[in-house]
Amino acid sequence: MTRLIVAALSGGLFGAGLFLSGMTNPAKVQGFLDLSRAWDPTLIFVMGGALIPMAIAWQMTAGRVPLMGGQFPAPPRTEFDRKLILGSVLFGVGWGLVGLCPGPAIASLSYQGVSGALFFIAMLCGMQLSPHVSIQLDRSTANA
Amino acid sequence: MQSDWIWGLVGGGLIGLAGAVLLLGNGRIMGASGILGGLLTKGGEATARIERLVFVACVIAVPALLHYGANVSVEAEVTSNLGLLLGAGLLVGLGTRLANGCTSGHGVCGISRLSLRGLLATILYIGAGAATVAVMRHLFGAFS
Repeated sequence: MTRLIVAALSGGLFGAGLFLSGMTNPAKVQGFLDLSRAWDPTLIFVMGGALIPMAIAWQMTAGRVPLMGGQFPAPPRTEFDRKLILGSVLFGVGWGLVGLCPGPAIASLSYQGVSGALFFIAMLCGMQLSPHVSIQLDRSTANA
Repeated sequence: MQSDWIWGLVGGGLIGLAGAVLLLGNGRIMGASGILGGLLTKGGEATARIERLVFVACVIAVPALLHYGANVSVEAEVTSNLGLLLGAGLLVGLGTRLANGCTSGHGVCGISRLSLRGLLATILYIGAGAATVAVMRHLFGAFS
């Protein structure tokens, strides 16, 4: 039960942060990605503002266990595989096309109307495709 | 607007706090695409599933409350171009799951623990996003 309260608190803060930061507005994201005219640096401030508490939190995990029990995540993997590279590029193209990434797409579902809902449904379909594409990539790596 | 970066910083701080709460409380990494994708995959522990569901519900609910309840207005105009919405949604969903992370997972949670995979992913999706916006703007005359 307490784990659910933690999840609710975190989700609520995440939603509030995405809403207040302006990141659910595709124009601000595309304004950041568009280097050719009046550049919108807001995303840098959002990233910077988010990295500080998060970096402190990672520091606090050393020698401890999570408050609600269990284990902290294992140290990050270090290999750069094709899935990471291809996946990130595909994601970036989609992000540039519409200006929404997964967090803001969830956070703005209630007020972004049919367009937001269609994007969200297509995103879920893309997620469902991922295991199949992943298997194909593994196969072609094994054959190479 | 002048105050945009302040709201960016405030919102970003809340996003980082959200990630810190989920990490220190439940020992989980706050990645929007991972949490959403985890709900789509079958199997796994039921408790982890309910935690994800509660998280996503609160990411939707709090912006809804701010928008409709507290009447905080937010500019958020998504394109109504059906092809763009579906194509971009598919790419974002597929790409983030292949790469195992998006702006929150690789960007906020990864870079803050000095993960090289997180850093590479972030460089790639921002680069691909910027290239996409440039192509749309100069070849297709979008956003003009």
